[in-house]
Amino acid sequence: MPGFDFSNHNRNLALHAQGVPLPKATSTGTTIVGCLFDGGVVIAADTRATSGPIVADKNCEKLHYIAPQIWCAGAGTAADTEFTTALISSNLELHALSTGRKPRVVTVMTMLKQHLFRYQGHIGAYLVVAGVDPTGSQLFTVHAHGSTDKLPYVTMGSGSLAAMSVFETQWKGELTREEAVKICSDAIQAGIWNDLGSGSNVDVCVITAEKTELLRNYITPNVREQKMRDYKFAKGTTAVLNEKIITKEEISKYVTVQDIGDGEAGVGEKMEVDT
Amino acid sequence: MASLFSASLPSSDPSYSFNQAPTTASEPRQHAFYPYTDNGGSTLGISGADFTIIAGDTRSTSGYNINTRYAPKLFKIGGDGPNNENARIVLSVVGFAADGRALKERLDTVVKMYKYQHGKDISVHACAQRLSHLLYNKRFFPFYVTAILGGVDDEGKGALYSYDPVGSYEREQCRAAGAAASLIMPFLDNQVNLKNQYDPNSGPGLEKKPREAQPLPRETVEQLVKDAFTSAVERHIEVGDGLQTMIITKDGIQETYSPLKKD
Repeated sequence: MPGFDFSNHNRNLALHAQGVPLPKATSTGTTIVGCLFDGGVVIAADTRATSGPIVADKNCEKLHYIAPQIWCAGAGTAADTEFTTALISSNLELHALSTGRKPRVVTVMTMLKQHLFRYQGHIGAYLVVAGVDPTGSQLFTVHAHGSTDKLPYVTMGSGSLAAMSVFETQWKGELTREEAVKICSDAIQAGIWNDLGSGSNVDVCVITAEKTELLRNYITPNVREQKMRDYKFAKGTTAVLNEKIITKEEISKYVTVQDIGDGEAGVGEKMEVDT
Repeated sequence: MASLFSASLPSSDPSYSFNQAPTTASEPRQHAFYPYTDNGGSTLGISGADFTIIAGDTRSTSGYNINTRYAPKLFKIGGDGPNNENARIVLSVVGFAADGRALKERLDTVVKMYKYQHGKDISVHACAQRLSHLLYNKRFFPFYVTAILGGVDDEGKGALYSYDPVGSYEREQCRAAGAAASLIMPFLDNQVNLKNQYDPNSGPGLEKKPREAQPLPRETVEQLVKDAFTSAVERHIEVGDGLQTMIITKDGIQETYSPLKKD
């Protein structure tokens, strides 16, 4: 059976009544925006993920792929935006294959709202859906309970008020691509600086009839400055109680050993670390 | 009470092996006036051989909003006039900003009255005990703050006292308080008191001797404070905007401000 497994529901309800708190999910605070322009649509997002007052990820991706010309910006519970967009993306591909047509943004919006309404807001996904299809450039918002809007400029997340203040003072009809990107990144920055739930960098996605451009880390105004001191410990600082060396030859009896050397080959995505 | 009664009633609802059924959300609840708010931010203090340094960020928050990017959490105590010239004691308060201000006002008055009545400056340890009493006097309607008091003691050594909201206090080498205390304090334990660090040249395994903590030079301490705050800003949303620092020596208080990230 597909769908969610509710077998722990009654147990968790009882535990909650006993005073056991619910596990905390990542990212409620976010700023995401979208704006139509002459010949296309722009969406943008900040890159901070939070868990309560703690920053869980300083450079996360909130712009999700749906189809080559349809993208989604997500706010709310990180797992819900991630899985909901992935699910709709998969189903949309199958739909496009069976109809033999390019997918439409209204289709995505309808699939999202029907999925989210079925779960009565328990799936905490707040989305900005944007794209260009045979009917033209489209921009929608979808709320967790299933309501939708179709507007020329939209904002969502905890930084939505800060971002909307930028649109309400600077937006005018018939924007150029450059003007739309500027107003969107300014709106995200309003969220970054003035909303504690948003921060770090600006991601932008520009969709036109010709192509889609994902401008990851379009603006990086929050690079960490150099630390004053070096925190490298002298070798032997940690007390070693015992030591056992397993050679490559020995372990080869049980598992396959592959030498990857110093290069990046064989290693997955490079991890971001502070220096 | 209601939950105890309803749990024993027979019903067709799923039953629980616990002594308490989940409370229904529709129970009427009275909403009381809540006099406290948390304004976020963090403070930290480190004492050295002949100085004490106290620092705090200058952001004031409520929820996801920033009230102001410059609200000092460090206050000079005593000295002359309303600007506390020639003061030798610093109080830092974090938690509920209004209570912090009220507490600072009371301690400042007390310290100034002391000089007026006794004709000499109050010692840090006397001031520290008086602050404890100010806090405990409001035991059942506390000042919602964690205070840190810094100065130079009678022997010329750096003195640092930390408090809980109801007046329990202790003299320490270092202390972090406020929103990012749980992020900064372990760093201080490791870098100031050298916890979890062993002398690499003191033998193998269990024979290794822990590194002995000693008072740090002023330059090192200033660097540790800066790094503690720039790191806290990276990972705590309520910390940022600016760093206010006060260094207390026998010659007086040196105050500095440096910007922190504003996101």
